[in-house]
Amino acid sequence: MSSEFVTDLTIFVLSLLVGFEVISKVPTTLHTPLMSAANSIHGIVLAGTILIAATASDLVGYVIAFVACVFAAMNVVGGYVVTDRMLEMFKPPAARKVRQAAANGSAEVTR
Amino acid sequence: MSTFDTVIRLVYLAAATLFVVGLHLMNSPVTARRGNLLSATGMTAAILATIVVLIESGAASLTAWLVVAAGTAVGAAVGFVMARRVRMTAMPELVSLFNAAGGGAAALVAIHDFLHFTESPGAHILIPLALDVLIGAVTFSGSLIASGKLHGVVPGQPIVFPGARVITLVLAAVMLVTTVMIAAGVGGLAAVVILSLAALAFGVTMVLPIGGADMPVVISLLNAFTGTAVAMAGFVIGNDVLITAGALVGASGAILTKLMADAMNRSIGNIMLGGFGTGDSPG
Repeated sequence: MSSEFVTDLTIFVLSLLVGFEVISKVPTTLHTPLMSAANSIHGIVLAGTILIAATASDLVGYVIAFVACVFAAMNVVGGYVVTDRMLEMFKPPAARKVRQAAANGSAEVTR
Repeated sequence: MSTFDTVIRLVYLAAATLFVVGLHLMNSPVTARRGNLLSATGMTAAILATIVVLIESGAASLTAWLVVAAGTAVGAAVGFVMARRVRMTAMPELVSLFNAAGGGAAALVAIHDFLHFTESPGAHILIPLALDVLIGAVTFSGSLIASGKLHGVVPGQPIVFPGARVITLVLAAVMLVTTVMIAAGVGGLAAVVILSLAALAFGVTMVLPIGGADMPVVISLLNAFTGTAVAMAGFVIGNDVLITAGALVGASGAILTKLMADAMNRSIGNIMLGGFGTGDSPG
């Protein structure tokens, strides 16, 4: 067993402990956005799919790498955008009113 | 360690820090949006650093670069458009769909790596590899079913068919045996293929008996699974940032799942057994 593996294992266990502690008392309304935020973070697998693509050398390898990159990029980009949209709902009332007014205004114009 | 390696490792460390701080800020509605932005910044930095690693190593052929560029562009565009267009009420099912994609990607990383072994790499690689394929494939099919239930493609009520429990047990046994075989370095590609198929089927039989009302909790649990699968992928390819971020999501996702179940006055075990006492059970 290499020292590199032991280092990786240390990082893994400590990250688990941080993960357990980082979520405290979350209001119920934030449960879904928080789930979505955590979902975007595991989009980091895109780093992994980019690295494996470099070692691909045959058709099967390229196809696997391509599909993996599509999946991972979808996870990361879609994840952050959808989380942001959920959180837009938590804006202070004043800011939301302005936005709504603007949206209504533009809707009327297009009509 | 060369200066180059040190810089990359430090960028990865900064990204991991931003993930943790970002997730922490999501505990309160006032700071949540800033938290998500910090997390996205960390992600961008980590991905850019990875691209720099690839350029510096010179290992990637032109075809490989095209594959990465095309795959990432397609995935990013599809994800962006879906996330912008989705109705507010349909967001959980979209999150589940993205989660399926993440789990699938994690499993593919391990399968790809397995195909490129010239000699047996030892149990410290093979155990995470088997777990990555197992967890990744279960999440992939399970999250698709969960998303389908919320979308209405798959009936929302618990689906229990005769012999379902037996099939689940058989699949679990097959997964256990093939996981041990892969870890021991026997069975070759066949073991990996059988494990993938059994895990895909298991994901389906796991989520089908659960009622639609419990889906958010199940999606959160599958989300924690994907985190763990990504951490395992990190062990397989020897990448720190995958291990850190994956373990972070695995653990925080598990806590969040418990909070969500508590908010519904249900236990996770109760929900996963499925089909009992849910408001939308058949009949």
